[in-house]
Order: sequence, then structure tokens, then C-alpha cells
Amino acid sequence: MRVSLLPEHCVGAGHCVLSAPEVFDQHEDDGIVLLLDTTPDAHLADAVHEAADLCPARAILVDAPGGTA
Amino acid sequence: MTSPPTPTTPTIASAGTEPARGNPAPLHYPMPRQCPYAPPEEVTAVRAGGAVPRVTIWNGVRPWLFTRYEDARVVLSDPRFSADKSRPGYPLSSAVALAETAVTPTLLIMDNPEHDHYRRLVLGEFTVKRAESLRPAVRAVVDGCLDRMLQGPAPADLVTGLALPVALSVICEFLGVPFEDRELFRSLTHTMNAIGGTTETAAAARQELQEYLECLVAVREKHPQQDFISRMAVKHLGTGAMDHERLAAMALLLLTAGHDTTANMISLGVLTLLRHPAHFTALRDGDAPGLLAGTVEEMLRHLTIVQRGIRRIALEDVDVNGHLVRAGEGVIAAVNVANRDPRRFPSGEDFDPAERAHGHLAFGYGPHQCLGQSLARVELQEVYAAVARRIPTLRTAVPDTELRFKEDMAVYGVHELPVTW
Repeated sequence: MRVSLLPEHCVGAGHCVLSAPEVFDQHEDDGIVLLLDTTPDAHLADAVHEAADLCPARAILVDAPGGTA
Repeated sequence: MTSPPTPTTPTIASAGTEPARGNPAPLHYPMPRQCPYAPPEEVTAVRAGGAVPRVTIWNGVRPWLFTRYEDARVVLSDPRFSADKSRPGYPLSSAVALAETAVTPTLLIMDNPEHDHYRRLVLGEFTVKRAESLRPAVRAVVDGCLDRMLQGPAPADLVTGLALPVALSVICEFLGVPFEDRELFRSLTHTMNAIGGTTETAAAARQELQEYLECLVAVREKHPQQDFISRMAVKHLGTGAMDHERLAAMALLLLTAGHDTTANMISLGVLTLLRHPAHFTALRDGDAPGLLAGTVEEMLRHLTIVQRGIRRIALEDVDVNGHLVRAGEGVIAAVNVANRDPRRFPSGEDFDPAERAHGHLAFGYGPHQCLGQSLARVELQEVYAAVARRIPTLRTAVPDTELRFKEDMAVYGVHELPVTW
């Protein structure tokens, strides 16, 4: 799977960090989402999909064109 | 009072038999609850029927009422819906809500790009890791409050003995607001949120708190300490990204929302645990990973204390999953009922920490989703765990029928919770 971000949408809710801490973090200074792994392992698929679903700003894209890693 | 059974196969099977989503009988919103532990049955019936009715609110405005989970998410996240309460026709929740437009606006009533500009200036203070770093301090506050309550006489009021002091201490310490002035914040917040009040009384309370915090911002700017107001003053006042007035308004939002909602979740949450003894015991004895976090998430979903829905106004025509809202029309996302939508949450009307409650709308959804949610989670986890561990014999000291529930407030809860142990 391939994960990308629309960081300009991020509102720092933090669901991604709670759902998939192996894949997402938040920048210490401005709180914006950080992508730790653009091609996470298959066993993280459910967690990554949950992160994308829970993101209130739709800032996480899974297997979609258009985002920036 | 037990909850009705949850439908188990609601999704695809019922889709074809739903009535057209139109406008049946006129409804006044909100209506009284039949049961203090559940939203009004009429609103739940609207969700079950699949309609999107127009409802009449206190001032005669007639917004659309969205009750389904997927519809609520659209209403709360589509940028064509505005949160600006000063717009004509906005479906205000009460006269006191209008006071928010009379004083310096907070994030709550801003649209983008203004909203994201101010929110992003403070986001770094609200990350998951920052909230976790505050956990030891939160734990110390909770233990201190519990020590005092347990050393005092029983019965005691859990609202004034635990819920309010914990919530006020944590937010005061975080912001850098003197805890000695807590009675001022508590009473002004009460005036701002009491539905029966007038716009004028609520605006006067809001103005008083705003001026208090503007003074504090000026003090912290000159003599910064280790707190939110000081850090934001140092970081943003010099660059012009934020001025004193806007920083004070940010602190006002965090101070009021940060203690009132949390305190209500503490007291109503403890009451819920007492009504579900198996889950109370599980919190004391259980050490399964995720049990505590899952219980808090389910508590947030089940209680959804924002009881009058989250409201918006359409700036353009918007199609909400097949329902057309015209420009200028108001909408209400009944998040308390949407959070029991069995299409999304298997536990539905029940309180069941074993079910996954993630994705609930208790903190809202979209760009306005609660800024302080990570800190709120830490607080609630620490309080529920400490109460279950330290007061296993806790019980209510009056029959449930004598409890006074907050139907008269913007945020639901109990006015007092007499407990003994």
C-alpha cells in the first residue's frame, strides 16, 4: 500500500498517531502530520485505513494519486 | 434503566425499505428527554426512519436536522457549511449562543482561511505526544483531588469534589491561569452556557472573562513562564501573527471548553460506570492493553454531552448524501444521535467498551474538531482509572431519580453527584 498526505488540510486532531503510530507522527513544533513510512507493511493496512477514515480533515490518502509524501 | 436491544443487521438490508427523505410532521428541536441516559426518542426515531426533517427551534428558525452518522460527517466537514453565528438565519442553539458574536470571535465561529490560520498557530501545543507528556502532572492532580475528597466527609458531591477541581486544575496549569481565580471562571462559564440566560448576560460574562485574560496575556508577555499563554505570547505577539485580543480569545475558548466539557464527562462518566458495575470492576482489575483507552472512547460516544447538536449554515447549495440544502438554510448535526447510529457503531444505544467506538463525533468532525481532545483523553483515562482503583466501594448516595440532569445547559451532565464509599 502507498500512503500520501495533504498536510495543508491537517488540523492536528491526532487520530492518525493513535491509530497507526508506526506510520504517522505529528511535528513537535507546529503539530502538523508527519509521514514516517510511505509504503507501510501489509499488517498495518487496517490501522492505516482507520487513520484515513478518522482524519477529520481528510488529509491522509491511501493508494491514491495527488498527495505529497 | 436498561437500553433497548441494538439492531444487529441494519446496514444493507434496511436501505431499500427506507422512506423517501422528505419532511414529515413538524418537530420542535430539541425536545425533552424521556430517559436521562439517552437522547430524546423523537430524534432517535428520525434517524431510524431515515428522514431529514426541518425542525423549528426556539427563535422560529427552521434548520434541517441530520441524525445519521454519515450525514453528520458531511455537515461538519463540507467547507460550504459555515460556523459563523453572526450570519442571518444561523440556527443558534439559544439566545446565549449569540453572545459569542458580541465579543472577540473564537475559533468556534470562524471559517477558513481565518480558522486554520489561528488554529495552526497553537497546534503544536495539542499533539498526542504533548498530551502524553502531561500525563504525570494530570495523575498528580487527580490523586490530590481524590485524597481531599476521601479525607472529607461522606457522602460527598463528586462534581465539586472531583470533576470540577480536576478539570479546572489541569486547564489552569496548562494555560498559566491562576487557580485561585477558578470560581470566577466557573461562574462566568456557567452564565455563558445557561440556555435560559439572555444574550446580554452571556455577552457581559464573556466580555469580563475576555478582559481578565487580556490582562493576563499582557502580564505573561512581560514575564513569561512555562505555560501556554506565555509560550504563545513570546512566539506570536512579536510577529503579528496574533494580537493580545486574539490570544486572550484563544485562552478563553480553551479555559471554558477545557473545564466545563471535561468536568461533565468526569461526573457523568463515573455515574455511567456505577450503573455498569462489571465495567467499573474491569477498569479496577483489568490490564488488557487498550481497555482504558477503549472505555474512554466508548464513554465519549455513548454520552456525547454536546446535547443540542452542532449547527452550521449553508453558504451554497449542498447535496448531503442525496438531501439538498439550499444556500442560506441552517443545518443541525445531532451528534448525540448520530453517535448511536447502528450502521456505524455496533453497540448503538448500549454502553459497551468492548466495541470499537473510534470515529465517534463527540469531539465534532471536520476542521473544528476539538483542539484539546488528546488532553481530554488523558484526563478522562486518568480519572476513571483512579476512581475505579482507589474507591472500589463507590456508589451513589441518592436514588438516580433524585439526580438533577443538565437539560438546561448547552453541555449535558449532572448538576450534583452525591456519592459515598
